[in-house]
Amino acid sequence: MTTRDTSYSAVMARRNEIMKASMGMDYDDFIQSPIAFDYERMMRETGYTHADIVRIQRETKVGDTPLLELRNLTAAVRKISEPGKGATILVKDEAANASGSFKARRASISAFEAARKGYKGMIAATSGNYGAAVASQAAQRGLKCIVIQEVYDSRGVGQPEIVEKGRACEAYGAEVLKLTVGPELFYMQLRTLEETGFFNASLYTPFGVRGIETLGVEIASQVRARYSKDPNAVVITHAGGGNLTGTARGLLTAGCDQTRIVACSVDLSGLHMASDRDFNRKSFTTGHTGFGVPFATWPDRVDVPRNAARSLRYMDEYQLVTQGEVFYVTELLTKMEGLERGPAGNTSLTAAVTLARQMDREQIVVVQETEYTGAGKHHNSQLAFARQNGIEVRRGDPKDNVPGKAIVIPERLDQVWGKVQDMEHLRLSYLKNAARAHPVELWSENDVAFLAADLKVNPEWVQQKRRSL
Amino acid sequence: MNQIQPGTWVEIEQVVLTPEQRAPTLPEDTKQVPYLLRVSGFLIEPAELGDPARIRTIIGRELSGVLKTVNPSYSHSFGTVVPELLTIGTEAER
Repeated sequence: MTTRDTSYSAVMARRNEIMKASMGMDYDDFIQSPIAFDYERMMRETGYTHADIVRIQRETKVGDTPLLELRNLTAAVRKISEPGKGATILVKDEAANASGSFKARRASISAFEAARKGYKGMIAATSGNYGAAVASQAAQRGLKCIVIQEVYDSRGVGQPEIVEKGRACEAYGAEVLKLTVGPELFYMQLRTLEETGFFNASLYTPFGVRGIETLGVEIASQVRARYSKDPNAVVITHAGGGNLTGTARGLLTAGCDQTRIVACSVDLSGLHMASDRDFNRKSFTTGHTGFGVPFATWPDRVDVPRNAARSLRYMDEYQLVTQGEVFYVTELLTKMEGLERGPAGNTSLTAAVTLARQMDREQIVVVQETEYTGAGKHHNSQLAFARQNGIEVRRGDPKDNVPGKAIVIPERLDQVWGKVQDMEHLRLSYLKNAARAHPVELWSENDVAFLAADLKVNPEWVQQKRRSL
Repeated sequence: MNQIQPGTWVEIEQVVLTPEQRAPTLPEDTKQVPYLLRVSGFLIEPAELGDPARIRTIIGRELSGVLKTVNPSYSHSFGTVVPELLTIGTEAER
């Protein structure tokens, strides 16, 4: 047996060959330039039809989750809205999937594909619900599973929410590699893929994103069946972009081309994502701007050569909410609607409250996920942990919220207002990143067309902006 | 002395990268500390806490590191009471 060099630089240099072997898929078939690739063909050539995906998901307890109307919360929003305003708020109860979140949709097709191709196991690098989803789907397909997680700071302290997510992975039979803070998670993933020869269940493969499309299709058919119309807006908690991309693609598949696709993240601006110190000063482990903004403005910063999750391709607007606002709305969901759900899934519910207030009464806004809750994964755990780590927690105006310093929980529903992220600014950052990957003067017509589609703008907009880069 | 028997469920710790070996672009605080791994499994040969040890993980892989914990378990909870949450959405507030 030959021993390979496992230093950081040597493993990173082997990334392309490792990824090719671990997915049985060659991205070179789709790549057209350092920025452009044939996205739609890549998504099609997964080889699965929508009907296949539904069938595969039913085998492993995924999908067909209830769509619930939040009557009391809708009534409360109407009370504080201008006359004629206050859309009906619906929530898709994704906690009903095996492993307790929409991430089961994302893991299900990867697990099926890994088993079909004869891999003995699968690997995912994630500190989110995706780990439990991969472990649960792998268990049902007779595959081994390794989840690689960023859990601890250098003192060995882990956020209760991440510790719980690790526990869930172990509960479903996975080996969990628990690491300290650092971007070397990807290095660890590559090393482990190479050592084991397992399947790379990356969050960002076409299999993962296609698996989420069923969520959009279900929303379309459930809303139509009950309200005889299409949803006016669907709000999606946004981090890596897969949730938004898959749901939006599903809605389009079902013909909902007038539905507004609204991204929402918790605003954590000012906190560094790779900082050992800041790690435990965040009270959200995902669904925040620390992932949402960089992934929107450069999707290809991931563990596969080209990302299938491309949020700006589908996003119409982007709402930001504070940690305090989400905790407040989570508590309202529990007390007014009798539903206790995990905080990360309630990020989009918070944005839905502000949107519903501005939308007409006859309109419908859908919150497209919930997640399970329990010890660690609960807003009370997160707030108690924050306070223990020196973060100020108080009631007040959420405008006074400072990420990493103060969590201000609103006193009244009319203080839940969030703020809007400037889409033009996001699209420009994306173009700047594209220019870094491939100099502007080398952009071909095909590159411009790709960028326009990836940013949901016309090619003229790209041509005009490229001059100012 | 206090030998842990083979087959016991334990957690080991491994230095994956020393500070010098870490990724080139890191914030200052992260750059100062090693990149550590912890993983649980069944102990293969007898060892004492703090000794080098080998484990077989739940999926059967053999890994090595320093023996850190015997019978690692979870104790995360719902946290201590957060009074700010108690009255939200109740009659007291409406």
